[in-house]
Amino acid sequence: MNTRGLRSQLKDSVPVTGMGPQVGAYGVQDTLRSGFSSVKNELLPSHALELSEKNFQLNQDKMNFSTLRNIQGLHAPLKLQMEYRAARQIQRLPFLQSSHLALDTLKGNDESISFEDILNDPAQSEMMGEPHIMVEYKLGMM
Amino acid sequence: MALSNVVETPASGFNFENVSRNVALKGLLEGGHTKAPKPMKTGTTIAGLVCKDGVVLGADTRATSGEVVADKMCAKIHYISPNMYCCGAGTAADTEKTTDLLSSNLTIFSMNSGRNPRVVMAVNILQDMLFRYRGQIGASLILGGVDCTGNHLYTVGPYGSIDNVPYLAMGSGDLAALGILEDRFKPNMELEEAKELVRDAIHSGIMSDLASGNNIDICVITKQGVDYIRPYQESEYKDKRQRRYKYRPGTTSILTEKIVPLELEVVQETVQRMDTA
Repeated sequence: MNTRGLRSQLKDSVPVTGMGPQVGAYGVQDTLRSGFSSVKNELLPSHALELSEKNFQLNQDKMNFSTLRNIQGLHAPLKLQMEYRAARQIQRLPFLQSSHLALDTLKGNDESISFEDILNDPAQSEMMGEPHIMVEYKLGMM
Repeated sequence: MALSNVVETPASGFNFENVSRNVALKGLLEGGHTKAPKPMKTGTTIAGLVCKDGVVLGADTRATSGEVVADKMCAKIHYISPNMYCCGAGTAADTEKTTDLLSSNLTIFSMNSGRNPRVVMAVNILQDMLFRYRGQIGASLILGGVDCTGNHLYTVGPYGSIDNVPYLAMGSGDLAALGILEDRFKPNMELEEAKELVRDAIHSGIMSDLASGNNIDICVITKQGVDYIRPYQESEYKDKRQRRYKYRPGTTSILTEKIVPLELEVVQETVQRMDTA
């Protein structure tokens, strides 16, 4: 559920940057992984909602945490973020589907249904990543 | 199929990959003779009012797609919970999906807490959802219900604006319907009088608006339960088909007939006893 974040907390939301080219090592455009770059595709979002949806969960979390910090003090968001970090590590290998059960329960996503659960479910994705490449990317070897 | 250039699992939710392709396609199509398909809208008349015993909601049943009537018996009054129903105007798919999501969320909540959801909760969920998508979800909804705090009628616009009013009309025929409602509404009306008033409001919307028509549905929500009358009134302009359009058997004549028997011989026979104790 969304909280009605206080207007003053908007300053903590993630700043809207461009889509940005995918940077690989040395800060140069990563042609191997994301193909040739086109300025128009990357600087302008193609749909009005693209940017706001990309950062929506992050913004919500930031607003919630800063409201919580103002009400209850620093320890409350610290404890919660520690638990989120711990829950985020309970996952399978990158190319397999993990259920995110602990993380969902902590965030309260197990009690609500939204478009994230219906559309584009990663468990039903028709394409699979190449296992070796995905594991290497996750470990930072690539 | 394994792709070697996918390094992260795709995010769930809306996917905007095809937007620029669609924009480019639209330019190509409009220039030629074909047009992009239009989504089905329920350009509509929906109305609701609060009476002494509960809430009365009414809607017409026409769904249009461009200039063609796509559905003559469309159901615009959607179930949200046992004590709440919602009329939807706008893009048909958007109203259905939004009300489905709302209904699922409220069911989970009532299973968790053991209570019937309140109308304000439904309205808040809708408002958050529609504002998040900045009006791209084209759903104008009239939500009416009876809960422990009384009888409520709310309207939610496509951008997330809400209003709590005793009588209401939305959709393309709302001006005509609102005229009738403004003229004859009184607070704390009797149930039969309220049903007649909603029927008249929808009727005037049907008469004055091209995108509304066909039958009228009425939904009465009271503390005792819900009475969903579909259709409350059928339109006088129902078409009568002149003939039957099914083909009689024997319409296509058989020219030749050839029968080839399949000869099967028993090669092996095994008997397996089934234990049905």
